[in-house]
Amino acid sequence: MDWNFIYRNLPLFGKAALLTVKIGMAGIILAILLGLICAVIRHLRIPVLREITSFYIEVSRNTPLLVQLFFLYYGLPKIGVPTDAGICGMAGIAFLGGSYMSETFRSGLESIESVQTESALSLGMNRFEAMCYVVLPQAVSVSVPAFMANIIFLLKETSVFSAISLMDLMFTAKDLIGLYYKTTESLFMLVVFYLLILLPISLLGSLLERRMRYAGFGD
Amino acid sequence: MDHVTKRFGNHTVLDDISLTVHRGEVIVVIGPSGCGKSTLLRCINALEKIQGGEIKLGNEKIEYGSKRLPSLRQKIGMVFQNYELFPHLTVLGNIQLAPVKVQKRNLAEVQAEAIGWLDRVGLEGRENSYPRELSGGQKQRVAIVRALCMHPEILLFDEVTAALDPEMVREVLDVMLALAAQGRTMLIVTHEMRFARAAADRILFLDGGKIMEDSDPETFFTHPQTERARRFLSTFQFDNIKKL
Amino acid sequence: MPDLGISVLFKGKNLPRLLGGLWAALRISLISVVISFPLGILLGALMTLKNPFVKAAMRIYLEFIRIMPQMVLLFLFYFGTTRAFGWDLTGETASVIVFVLWGTAEMSDLVRGCLISFPAHQYETSEALGLGKAQLYRYIIIPQAVRRLIPLSVNLVTRMIKTTSLILMIGVVEILKVAQQIIEANRTASPNAAFGVYLAVFFLYFIACWPISMLAQYLERKWG
Repeated sequence: MDWNFIYRNLPLFGKAALLTVKIGMAGIILAILLGLICAVIRHLRIPVLREITSFYIEVSRNTPLLVQLFFLYYGLPKIGVPTDAGICGMAGIAFLGGSYMSETFRSGLESIESVQTESALSLGMNRFEAMCYVVLPQAVSVSVPAFMANIIFLLKETSVFSAISLMDLMFTAKDLIGLYYKTTESLFMLVVFYLLILLPISLLGSLLERRMRYAGFGD
Repeated sequence: MDHVTKRFGNHTVLDDISLTVHRGEVIVVIGPSGCGKSTLLRCINALEKIQGGEIKLGNEKIEYGSKRLPSLRQKIGMVFQNYELFPHLTVLGNIQLAPVKVQKRNLAEVQAEAIGWLDRVGLEGRENSYPRELSGGQKQRVAIVRALCMHPEILLFDEVTAALDPEMVREVLDVMLALAAQGRTMLIVTHEMRFARAAADRILFLDGGKIMEDSDPETFFTHPQTERARRFLSTFQFDNIKKL
Repeated sequence: MPDLGISVLFKGKNLPRLLGGLWAALRISLISVVISFPLGILLGALMTLKNPFVKAAMRIYLEFIRIMPQMVLLFLFYFGTTRAFGWDLTGETASVIVFVLWGTAEMSDLVRGCLISFPAHQYETSEALGLGKAQLYRYIIIPQAVRRLIPLSVNLVTRMIKTTSLILMIGVVEILKVAQQIIEANRTASPNAAFGVYLAVFFLYFIACWPISMLAQYLERKWG
């Protein structure tokens, strides 16, 4: 192992990791918003919009992110939509993640029994207040573990960004292998940096899950 | 309530029911399962849509889906079979949520009132516990306090002891007896016959969605008028044991 | 109407070539499924054993495989093994190895989760009824476990299929690679082909995965 090589290229990997996290997180935030909107639409069974969200969810869940990105990045400019690799990456994660987040929120909402809402209504709350004070706080805490799993899944998915020439960790590793044949060192750095990004989130996820189980929501 | 009819599909659950509850009256509704007792309470709180008749509180009509419903429901306290405390809030959080957020009352005043009630129902010092830390009987007493702190004009109890272990039933019934003695207006659905006899001013016997009997407890339990009521009451006796 | 590459699809052997590319991807996932599912079941059952060494070893394997992006695993096996052991794996072989390792890890986790989710009273009731250990598994545990497991593993199949899109990055000729070749070959004749061809790839993946997802949903509803 050439530690000198590793040391010299540390900043390069740092920059790449930052890019992954930045675009990934922006995409994830959009995915959460999209997911929340879709979940509420499906939960409240709003006509027309509900069919559109179902269609979107099926398409998004049954196609690979890489193919989605190829279409966004190489396909769309051909019909006159200008694209930028960063924005495409973000949009891809949002498009893919929206459906996963939506399913998570929806099952959270459905896990709260309707008699909880009735109980809130019988205390004189209107539907909106019952949703805000009683149903939503419970639904969100129920979905925390699945929600964290989604975030990890989406961050892992960002590893295809190099295909649309974003200089992420994969891109950097591949580049260094091609340029200097330092395969072992580059792969080592690749693994270490992904662990640095993913391990804390994974640990946080299992911590939250354990706390939730301890809290023993409901009974 | 006047000529109220409630149907689920083709099945008529409440069939042309008329009933007047006077201020300060304690009415206990009994009857076999599936007779519509719980539905009756749910209709009064407009948790169910009715297909005919009307329900009024004072002079105001209670209508499913109406804009006035939240403010009317504040005057109707309801306690559910499975307590339905909000698991993400403490005891105090559960009690103060609606008075503070909905009725916009002063937080300190509501809390003082809540703690006063908790003391009286034997839950002193439990205001910061979470529902999961309480026994069933304790949860149900919290649910009653939660309803009381809304200052309701009438209290509805929907089989509030049905989910409890036998030794916890008493602590909840004692609270309800004390409330009855204070002269509160209450409508109670229960299977506890001895409690019904002790607490009720009037007994309603419901069967097949109709009020079969409406009488004072003495009359009902000693001289039930209908055959169905007699048969229903006899299911609580264990004098004649069948041999298998 | 500008040519958006739809016509390119129907030119010459382009569509069959694209389908051939899809099959190359599907074949790799199919082989991996066939190998990794039995292994996963075995491993999942092993993980319910109390042996601390078995448990720790499994745990490390499982956590590492599951936390690493599949892309990184592909790189590790494709580039790493050449360097470390002097193996010269083809892209296909490296893909199958990675998908088997990954599929086994995911499957074993599903099996383990399923087996430990049985409430103790199920075991106790069976014992109280006088069932032997073999009978307990034969009549009580396995029938229920299978019903829970099948929808989840069907879902895993679609995840595998979707993940095969990554093998493009280690040089396997699959559907995306074929698409790139078609676009390249028609660069002058229809410069906008990327739109139509990638849309077709998108659609083909959807056609491959969607029925399987529907099946999983149906089974889940039926047995849920």
